[in-house]
Order: sequence, then C-alpha cells, then structure tokens
Amino acid sequence: MAIEVTGLVKTYGDLRAVNGVDLSVAEGEVFALLGPNGAGKSTTVEILEGHRTPTAGTVRVLGMDPETGGRSYRERIGIVLQETAIEDALSVREAIAYYGALYPQRRRPEELIEIVGLEEKAAARIKTLSGGQRRRLELALGIVGDPEVIFMDEPTTGFDPSARRQAWTIIENLASLGKTILLTTHYMDEAQALSDRVAVIRAGEIVAEGSPETIGGRRDAETQISFMLAPGTAPPGLGELPRGDGGYVLASKDATRTLHELTTWALDRGVDLGMLTVARPSLEDIYLELTGEQSQ
Amino acid sequence: MSGRHSDLTLIWLQIRYQNKIFWRTPVAAFFTIVFPLMFLLVFVTIFGNETVEELGITTAQFYAPALAVFGAVSATYTNLAINTSISRDEGILKRMRGTPVPPWIYLAGRVGSAVWIAFLAVVLMMAVGVVFYGVEIYAESLPAALATFVVGVACFAALGLLVAALAPSGDSAPAIANATLLPLAFISDIFLTPAEGRPAWISTLGDVFPLKHFAVAFSDAFNPIETAAADGWLDHFQWTRFGVMALWLVGGAVLAARFFSWEPRGGERRRTARQRAKAAQAT
Repeated sequence: MAIEVTGLVKTYGDLRAVNGVDLSVAEGEVFALLGPNGAGKSTTVEILEGHRTPTAGTVRVLGMDPETGGRSYRERIGIVLQETAIEDALSVREAIAYYGALYPQRRRPEELIEIVGLEEKAAARIKTLSGGQRRRLELALGIVGDPEVIFMDEPTTGFDPSARRQAWTIIENLASLGKTILLTTHYMDEAQALSDRVAVIRAGEIVAEGSPETIGGRRDAETQISFMLAPGTAPPGLGELPRGDGGYVLASKDATRTLHELTTWALDRGVDLGMLTVARPSLEDIYLELTGEQSQ
Repeated sequence: MSGRHSDLTLIWLQIRYQNKIFWRTPVAAFFTIVFPLMFLLVFVTIFGNETVEELGITTAQFYAPALAVFGAVSATYTNLAINTSISRDEGILKRMRGTPVPPWIYLAGRVGSAVWIAFLAVVLMMAVGVVFYGVEIYAESLPAALATFVVGVACFAALGLLVAALAPSGDSAPAIANATLLPLAFISDIFLTPAEGRPAWISTLGDVFPLKHFAVAFSDAFNPIETAAADGWLDHFQWTRFGVMALWLVGGAVLAARFFSWEPRGGERRRTARQRAKAAQAT
C-alpha cells in the first residue's frame, strides 16, 4: 500500500474536522476524496502531506510517517496546493528550476514546461499568468521532484472546461507512469474520469468508498426510464409513476425487460413515447444522496 | 538529473533567488537603497557640510555611517519582517514547508540575502560619502566597522524574523516594523546627532535598544577623534555595545524560533470552522 490511514482523528477544540477516517491506496492507484467544503478533505490531505499533526490514528505513506519523515519523506512526495501563491517576481522557468533544485531527483524544466503546456510563457513573470496558467505551473511544481506519491488538493478548481481537460490529460499521464495520486475534488466528472477509486467524506467521516461505477450501490441502483404520452392516452400500467407534466417515470432493476415491455406496448398501439430516456443514477446523484446536499 | 544538493549549495541558491526577487521588487529596493541616500543628501544640504563644532567632524562624516546603519537595518529588520510575513500570508512559506528543503536552510537563505543587500547599502552609502562629501575612511578601524556590521545585521535579522513571527498578518508587519524602527532612529544617533540637546532619559532609553549601539559602534569607526584615541585596531572593537546587540540577537532568535509559523495564524482551524458553518446554514 502506498498510503495507509487508520482511525485518523483531527480535532480543533470542539470541532472534529476528521473523525475516524480509514483509507488505503495501492501503489499506482488514483484515489479521489469527494466531499463538500469543510467535510475534512483538505485536513486529511494536509496530514498526509505532513503539514498537520493528527490528534489520533496512524498514517503511513510509502511506509513512512509524514509527521516525522522529514526531508527524505518530502523528497518522495509531490504536493499540488489548493490556493496557490508562487514567488510572483520569478519567471515560470526560474520557479521550476528554483523548486526543482530542492529535490534529489529533478525533472528538466523544459520538459515540465512542455508537459503543462506553458512553452509560450516560459520566460514570463508569474505575475503575468492567468489563473489557469498558474494552476498549470502549480501542477508542474507538484511533480518537479519526480515524486512517487502526489497529493492534489482540488487541482482544477477555477479552471475553464478546456483547461480542465488539459489538466486531466496531465494527471492521466502521471497515472500511466505508475504514480500514486490522491486528489480531492468536488467535481463528480473529474472523479469519474480520473480515479480508480473514490471515497465520499462527510463531516469528517467516510460514508462510502468504491470505484466510481459501483460506489453507494450505484451498479445495483434502479434505472430510470422516462417518457411522455399524448394527452388522453392511458398509461401502460407497468408500474410507472406520473411526473405531473404529462410525463411518466418507470424505475426498473431489469431495464432490458422493462424497456422491451414498454416499447412493445407502444408499437402494438401505435403510441408515441415522447422524449424517451433511459438513465442510470450519475455519480453526482449518488454523491448528493450520500452527503445530503441539495443539487444546485 | 539526480543527487541531493549539498546544504551549502542550497543556501547559495536560496540567497541567489531571494536576491533576484528583491531586485525585482522596486519598492523594497527603493526604501532600502535609495531612501537612506536621500536622507544624506537632505541633511548635508540643510546643515551644510561644515565641521559640527560639538562633534568636531563634518556633517557627512557623522551622517554617512549613521545612515549606512539605517540602510543595513532596513535591509535586515524591516525587509525580513515585511517580506517573510507577506510570504506566509501568500502561502509561500507553507509551500516551502512541503518541499524537502530544511527550514533552517530556507531561512538562512532569506537572512543571507538580506545581509548581502545590507552590505551593498552600506558600501554604497560610504562610497557616496567618500566621493561626493569628503568622508574619510580609516584602515585601522575597518575591522571594527566590519565586526560591528556583522553583529548588528545578525541582531536585526533575528529581530526582523521575530516581528514576522509575531505579526498577525502581512498587512500589520510594515506598521510594526516602521513604528519601532523610525522613532528609535531619532534617539539612536542616526537622524539626530548627539550635538542636539536631549533629556538624559531619552539617552538612557536609547541605550536599552540595540540600534544606538549598532549606530555608535559603526560611526565611531569613521570618527577621526575616536580613531586617533584608540590604541591598535583591536581597541576599536566596542565590546559592551556588541554585548547589548548579542543579547537582543539571542533573545530575538529564541522568541522567533518559539513563535515562528509557516502558515497564516489559525488558518486551517478558521477555514474548517467557517466552511462547516456555511454548509450548516445552506441546508
């Protein structure tokens, strides 16, 4: 296991920011920690990074205790921080060289600049970069020491859609090199696209864990079939529920059969099934259900 | 590329990058380098560069070393206090803490850069004094001047880091640094010569703080009367003044180490509590 956490607790006075978290992340795995703001995602990651001391529990990353691992621990990890500040007066190339010099294994600045797509800005002062360009530089600084484990705290928050795709490609490339990646995010599509496994954290506790496809019983959850009928048409009587707008929803554990029955019924009668859709619950639906958040 | 850099290489790299950042921040460079020179120009213009009767030396011979000390203290005390606390607010200190660089090397780099800039400020001030205002330099007392510089900047670097450690935020650090340094400069034989009359208690108050000891020990090395009175180069070393500065140095360093933080005060706790409260409100 690259990361092993058991019974992790972090309290601030009365506030239990992390309340008994267990996690294990295998080598080469991409693991996403999902949860609303204040759920304890960042606190957990910051304990793993060695920035904070846990109140209770044990933490092992690469077999080391982040709290006491010191220099040799930090030489093997990479950190992509949430709110970025980099020495503004330096250029992109200088900043990468500056931070790279702190690690025994250094990636070449030019190579990193190319990976994060900042070739045109290599000589530009950091203060002239756009928000998205800064985040990409941040990614470069996170991997400048060629780390085995990379922590990314909301790596694409504030990105526009195309910048997010670019960042995803970078992260996918890192994963394909066998790096272990632990990321936090509140974008479900990001967790879905990047991670092998996800855990949902709520009020300091992990409430579900699994692959993005199966978490929270997603695989076994019912498929939703919805359709509209022309006014005055009697519904098929397959267990559908009226939606109120002339439409119906049919929840089914056996979508193939139900859909067959529904379409057979419609074709036999020459009835048009308007706006027919078949939907599986999305990761977001599951997430909202687990965290008790309302969709916005 | 691989292999850990030696500590010395790392310190050297830190100093180089900190210098680079300093010279690219025009405000800091202006206040540290140009500001004291402007004072010299103003004082010499107002008072004239005649021999001041009570002192027995010219205006520039008094003010050049005194303002050189002021520049050195700006470069160390003020700049370290302000820049370090701003870096902490911005999260740069936290970022550094997440890299393998040992904290002492990072801080040594910042201090080293500040001392280098202090050295430049002093050399420039004395050079301007010599070239334009007939200031004289005495070879015999230069070792004492250099030793005073070393002890003085070490003391004020430690105190600068202490202010950075105690300042609630990067916004308050400049206020704290300036509100302590500027009034002190008036009672420490920097802005006002000892020739100006002053109550005895002001003089005593000045003796408590390290600035006056830095200024006087350094200035005396450029004072022809003091120089003539000394017996050999070692006699120029003002051990009592070094002692007072050393006390402040040790006290400042110990307290700075005790209270120094790599993150804004209470940042994590505040953030989590705030987010939880917001989340609770929303549901």
